[in-house]
Amino acid sequence: MSDRRTISVTINGETYEREVETRLTLADFIRHEVLLTGTHVGCEHGVCGACTILLDGQTARSCLMLAVQANGHEIMTVEGIAPNDEEMHPLQQAFQDNHGLQCGFCTPGMLTTLIEFLGDNPDPTEREVREAISGNLCRCTGYQGIVAAALDAAKRLQGRAGA
Amino acid sequence: MKPPPFTYHDPRSIEDAVALLAEKENAKLLAGGQSLMPMLNMRFVLPDDVIDINLIDGLSYIREDGDDLVFGGMTRQRDIEFSDLVARRCPLMKEAILNVGHRQTRNRGTYGGSMSHLDPSAELPSVSMAQDAIITVQKKGGSRDIAMADFPMAYMTPSFELDEMVTDIRVPLWPEGHGYAFVEFARRHGDFAITSSAVLLDVDGGGKITRASVTVGGVGPSPLRVSAVEDGLVGETGSVELFTEVAEKCREIDAMEDVYAPAWYRQHLAAVLTRRALGKAFSRAANGTEMILR
Repeated sequence: MSDRRTISVTINGETYEREVETRLTLADFIRHEVLLTGTHVGCEHGVCGACTILLDGQTARSCLMLAVQANGHEIMTVEGIAPNDEEMHPLQQAFQDNHGLQCGFCTPGMLTTLIEFLGDNPDPTEREVREAISGNLCRCTGYQGIVAAALDAAKRLQGRAGA
Repeated sequence: MKPPPFTYHDPRSIEDAVALLAEKENAKLLAGGQSLMPMLNMRFVLPDDVIDINLIDGLSYIREDGDDLVFGGMTRQRDIEFSDLVARRCPLMKEAILNVGHRQTRNRGTYGGSMSHLDPSAELPSVSMAQDAIITVQKKGGSRDIAMADFPMAYMTPSFELDEMVTDIRVPLWPEGHGYAFVEFARRHGDFAITSSAVLLDVDGGGKITRASVTVGGVGPSPLRVSAVEDGLVGETGSVELFTEVAEKCREIDAMEDVYAPAWYRQHLAAVLTRRALGKAFSRAANGTEMILR
């Protein structure tokens, strides 16, 4: 009765093959099928930004894609940002050092959004950072810590690139 | 919230897509998904069939064709944002696209999808109206062109049939040195605008306006050209007094009322934003002069 397809999706370098219902969203595929629960689901209609992932290097709302549409594509979720289990990515470290999170619900979307943004714009102004995260809602921080973390991360990443 | 059950199709050609549209009675085309997916998640739409057109080759392009720019229906808003061709030849669209949602949604959202969804305050339909775009729609056995003036039929309802799909949008360009401005007011950056104003001006060597296009979004059921303002501009020399006076005609537009804003507020915004857009456009025109209108 239900419409199903077998798909193959690479997430954080690992390929997952699953048979899924075609109406399954990519967000639910990542969380419920692959069991990577770092990607958070807030509003489920593309407003809150918590479910943001990178699809072939570009951010997308995973609640606004069907899992079948990711067939053959490469995805990076928040679990794929750190280089290994011991070390954090400079952006993650900057979030910790600048109090860029409290409850952590918006954090995966903030991090994935900023990974793409800092790649395109390695030396942003505060205004540009605020605009970049304008599609991500945070109810805890008032955004100050997040903006500070993004600006700090830009410096750290530039230092790393220059070294 | 989960999408309702449907049968998923992923045709690889326009022909296959329109054949499915002709055959399936309750089908929806899935382009960038930035409007349809929320509507599916909230079950505002209950299609029996979803036809995903993301895997069709050759529907995403930006081409210069004489004095027109031609966009494939699946051209992503991101590609418009980063196109040098658009920035150079159609600066109004470049200015408008930065107000379309956020990077995460522009990476997926498409020109054809925005036109088909036809939200009254969406930026790309407003720009299309301002530039007198021509929309090509295809169905099984043929295609036809629809002028933007005839494209909106009612609130969020384009005039093409259910078995037709948007394949390309042809945007006639204004001559080099024209003035342009896209100004909008939204509660938060990236939200749908409550009201927007898009202005194009041709100005001659003496500072006289020879051609004007003025479009307001979010006020009527679809983007509206305001001929009363346009008529008040052509033949006149641009000035703060002229722009302030003609923009007031926006208060006479029959405006929508909803939970976000009463009609009088939209009319007020239309007048204020059009005044500002006129000043900005005239300042940018090669033959214009710098002026700031508050």
